[in-house]
Amino acid sequence: MIDVQQITKRYGQHTAIDRVTFSLAKGEVLAFLGPNGAGKTTTMRILTCFMPPTEGRASVAGFDCLEQPLEVKRRIGYLPETPPVYQELTVDEYLRFVGRLHGLAGTALTGSMSREIERLGLGSVRHRLIGNLSRGYRQRVGLAQALLHDPPVLILDEPTVGLDPKQIIEIRELIKSLAGSHSVILSTHILPEATAVCQRVVIINGGRIVAEDTPDRLSARLRHSEKIALILTRAPEDAQARLRRVEGILDVHANGPGGHFLLESELGKDVREDIARVAVTNNWGLIELKLISMTLEDVFLKLTRHEEELAQGSDSAQGLDLEVGSSKTGVSS
Amino acid sequence: MTPVHTLVAKELRSYFVSPVVYVVGAVFLLIVGLLAYIYIVFTGAQAIQLMQVQGQAQINLNDLVFRNLFSSIRFILLLVLPILTMRLFAEEKKLRTFELLMTSPIGLNELVAGKFASVFLVFLGLLGLTGLIPLTLALFSDFDWNPVLTGYLGLILLGALFLSVGLLASALTENQVVAAFVSFGFLLFLWLLAGVGSLLGDTPAGQVISYVSFMDHYDHLVRGLIDTRDLVYFVSALFLMLFLTHRVVDSTKWK
Repeated sequence: MIDVQQITKRYGQHTAIDRVTFSLAKGEVLAFLGPNGAGKTTTMRILTCFMPPTEGRASVAGFDCLEQPLEVKRRIGYLPETPPVYQELTVDEYLRFVGRLHGLAGTALTGSMSREIERLGLGSVRHRLIGNLSRGYRQRVGLAQALLHDPPVLILDEPTVGLDPKQIIEIRELIKSLAGSHSVILSTHILPEATAVCQRVVIINGGRIVAEDTPDRLSARLRHSEKIALILTRAPEDAQARLRRVEGILDVHANGPGGHFLLESELGKDVREDIARVAVTNNWGLIELKLISMTLEDVFLKLTRHEEELAQGSDSAQGLDLEVGSSKTGVSS
Repeated sequence: MTPVHTLVAKELRSYFVSPVVYVVGAVFLLIVGLLAYIYIVFTGAQAIQLMQVQGQAQINLNDLVFRNLFSSIRFILLLVLPILTMRLFAEEKKLRTFELLMTSPIGLNELVAGKFASVFLVFLGLLGLTGLIPLTLALFSDFDWNPVLTGYLGLILLGALFLSVGLLASALTENQVVAAFVSFGFLLFLWLLAGVGSLLGDTPAGQVISYVSFMDHYDHLVRGLIDTRDLVYFVSALFLMLFLTHRVVDSTKWK
């Protein structure tokens, strides 16, 4: 549905995105993950034909973004960073305006409007001025606008910003329900969001793609050790030293006061049983023993930090030119 | 509904829910009405004087009221129309709704046409209300309607030019005050070019400069002369401004 080949966007000297390549199949949900200023919005703006890339090609549903922008725009529902709403219009008027811009009319228009109003829970506010609505409602009006013409491709720039936790869950459910029939790209810097709704994650940092995989595989790939959280109510002074003696344990840290420990063990070796035995035989008051899988957050921090280190290293050595390929192998090693 | 209709309907709605149109309209009509009142009373006083001296008076309302009034409205439009046009693109950019328009399947021609048509309709509405002045005068006096109608044609063409300059200024910035001031400044500059032109007199440079200013073209229409050259001036200037607006809006994506 979406095919992006080597797109680069420069603003004068500043390179916002650098040779970004990815593709998206029909029905897939892809998360763009990255810190602020990583190039997520720029990439999305290129896909929606809001701006052309300096180099490279992007196409949506087989239409080139530069050559057939109107065809691309017809097939995309786009929610920008700031919901593009007119404060002086009511929700109804606004959606009617957007629908007509997309060529909807008559019963098709009213049908689409009531579908989205229903789906996003806007029924109680449909006759109110958007200027008087809360941030959360405006965000939902923005989403309704993107979904209104039932586009095959949805591009959502931080869709859950400004929503309360209950609404966030609702919107994630909505996005999940769109998977299969719609191709969705969403950007976020909230990591659990990517894990919750997406089949694939693209991590972007400093304008380059630093990793691309399923959320599970990404965290697996970067794990060098298993981490275990342990809570003992009656931990003796020398608990750390004695835990270290258990076979397979690499390191033990006190993880806060009151007998909280964080243990690192060899990869692929489950030491929980041994730890439990030691704790119980010594009557240390074991109340919690938990395997911590590496969260996407750790992966993300690790990858972005790794990039910075590489950049700093090469800065002193041979300038800034850093190949995406080399950073990828660096990560997986 | 075509995209242009959709845009115009939405723009008109935005104009009329904001206080801008009401305030601008009220001020515009108040000043025009006041000026008309002053010219009419002044003309009346002159008539009475003439009656006393000569025993009879032949008062030409076209010369004494309408020509003065049309000249004054020109200046009021210069002040008022930039206020109407300043929001057209600047506000969209500021509030990020510009991104919605630019990612909707509508062409740039339609966007520029829709924006211009909506503010032009608002202007025609305001101008239409000033039509009450000649209509009222027609009840009590006799005057030649032709120069009044060509004067109105001149106002419509002049207004369209002012609005297109304002539209261009609004496309250049996301700050509405800057947009209003740029269009005001540029129109005043065009106005003053007429002065430079007449200083240079009948030289080629003087003629070119006088032609570029809207003053002479408008004066011809107010005096009741319909000259193709004047119509060509207004229409080509209008299309030049709309074309430049199109280019400016298109270029925003390269920034």
